[in-house]
Amino acid sequence: MIINHPILGPRDSAEFTYMGDSALLDRPDWKATDALAQFIDYGYLRDNPAGPHQELWYHEQGDRSFLVVTRDTTTHEISSVKLARDVARSRGRST
Amino acid sequence: MRYSGLRVIKEALTGHKGWKHAWRDVEPQVQYDYIVIGGGGHGLATAYYLARNHGAKKIAVLEKGWVGGGNIGRNTTIVRSNYLLDGNEPFYEHSLKLWEGLEQDINYNAMISQRGILNLVHSDAQRDAFVRRGNAMILNGADADLLSTETIQKRYPFLNVNNARFPIKGGLAQHRGGTVRHDAVAWGYARAADQLGVDIIQNCEVTGFRIESGKCLGVETSRGYIAGGKVASCVAGSSGRLMAKANMRLPIESHVLQAFVSEGLKPVLPGVITFGAGHFYCSQSDKGGLVFGGDLDGYNSYAQRGNLPVVEDVCEGAMAIFPMLGRVRLLRMWGGIMDMSMDGSPIIDHTHIKNLYFNGGWCYGGFKATPASGWCYAHLLATDTPHEFAKAYRFDRFEKGQMIDEKGMGNNPQLH
Repeated sequence: MIINHPILGPRDSAEFTYMGDSALLDRPDWKATDALAQFIDYGYLRDNPAGPHQELWYHEQGDRSFLVVTRDTTTHEISSVKLARDVARSRGRST
Repeated sequence: MRYSGLRVIKEALTGHKGWKHAWRDVEPQVQYDYIVIGGGGHGLATAYYLARNHGAKKIAVLEKGWVGGGNIGRNTTIVRSNYLLDGNEPFYEHSLKLWEGLEQDINYNAMISQRGILNLVHSDAQRDAFVRRGNAMILNGADADLLSTETIQKRYPFLNVNNARFPIKGGLAQHRGGTVRHDAVAWGYARAADQLGVDIIQNCEVTGFRIESGKCLGVETSRGYIAGGKVASCVAGSSGRLMAKANMRLPIESHVLQAFVSEGLKPVLPGVITFGAGHFYCSQSDKGGLVFGGDLDGYNSYAQRGNLPVVEDVCEGAMAIFPMLGRVRLLRMWGGIMDMSMDGSPIIDHTHIKNLYFNGGWCYGGFKATPASGWCYAHLLATDTPHEFAKAYRFDRFEKGQMIDEKGMGNNPQLH
C-alpha cells in the first residue's frame, strides 16, 4: 500500500505507524458538563465503517508527521492524504 | 441418523446411497423465539446449546452466505486455555473442557487432537511472565507445565536452543491444547442443532432491525421480515457493520489477520509451537501442511485479504525459529476479519435495546472459544443473566475501568 505523503510524495505504508480513526483529533473539552461521557466515547467507541475511513498514520520511519488518510476499508484504495496539522487547524483544534 | 463406524461400513457395502443431508434446507418461518444472526461456529453453537441446555424451541440461525464460510473456516485451528486474567481463564478452560467432549456430544468427528501447545521463552523476563501465567492457569483448573531447555531439546530436537540471537530458555506447555478440524466444527454443530429442531437458513442476510420504542421486534432480511422474541447478533468480524443498522457504535475495530498453509510435508512438528521473540505460531495439519500465522496487518480493514509486509514479517519469524523451513513453499494464504476490541477481550452481553443481544469482539481468540461462547451466550439468551464464566464480558467494562487486557496494551485494538 502506497501513501502519497503531501510533502514527501509516494511512500510505502510500512514506513508508517497506524494510529486509528482520525476522530481522535477531536479530543473532548474536559470542562464540558458531560466530559466523562464524552471521554468514554472518545476513548472506546468507534464508527468502524466498511467503506471510506479517515484515519491517522504517523510517519515514524520518515519525517514524523501525522497524516489524515482517507482509505476505503473494503478495497484499501486511498482517496485523500492531508497533514493532520492542517486538518486540526481547519477544525480549530490547533494554532 | 447417527454416525458410527458401523454405519460407514454399512454404507460402503451398499454404495453410499443411504447418507442424508447433514441438515435440512428450510424456508424461514414468520416468527421465532430466538433469532441468531450468523451461521458461523459461535452462532451455530449458540443455537445448539439453546436447544440442548435450555430446551428452547423455535430457533433460527440466519447466515448471509453459507454455513462455515467466515472465520470458522479461516482460522489456524488451535485450541488452548493458556490465559492469565481471571475474567478470561475460567471461560477458556470451560471451552477446552467442552472441546474434549465435543465429538461424543454432537456425534461428529471434529478431528480434535490434543497434541499440545508450547510457548517458547527467550529471556528471563519472559520466563517470569510465563511462570506467572502458568500459575494462574493452574489456579483456574487448567494444566500448565514449565519445560526446561533440556526437556525442550529432547522433545523438539529440531529447535536450536543455543541460537545466538534468540536462545531458548525454556517454555510453557499446555499438553491439553491442540488443534481441531475447524470446518467440521461448523458442520457438526449445524447438524446437531438441526437435529434438535433449529432452522438453519443460509443465503439470508440481515439488512436491518425493526426497533420500536427501544425494543427489537425482529429483523429485516434479504428473504423478508422475520419476527423474533430475542435477536442475537453473533457475527464477529462484521459486528461493526451489522450493529450500525441498530445505530450502535461498538468498542471494536475490524482488522484483517492473515493465515498461511505450506505444501504438505512428512511429520515435522509434533504440536503447536509459538515463537516468543516475534509473533509467529505454527502447527502441522493432518494432511501435512504447516499452518501458521502472525500479526494483524494493523489497520482497519473489511477486505478479507492482507498485504505483503505482514507476509514478510511472518516468514521472518518462521525462519528465525525453524530455519529448516527455508525451502518449504507456501501453498495458500488468506485473510479473515477480526473484531478487535479495545482491551483484546470479547463481549457477550445485552445491548441497550431490549431483546437485542450481542456476541463479538473475539480478536484472535474466536475459534478456541467456540463451544464456551455458544454455551454462555445461550445461557444469557435463555435466562437473561450472564453465565458465571462470561460475566466479565460486559459492554460497560470500559466505562467502569474493568478492562480485561491480557497484553496490557490499552485501547489500541491493533496491538492486542
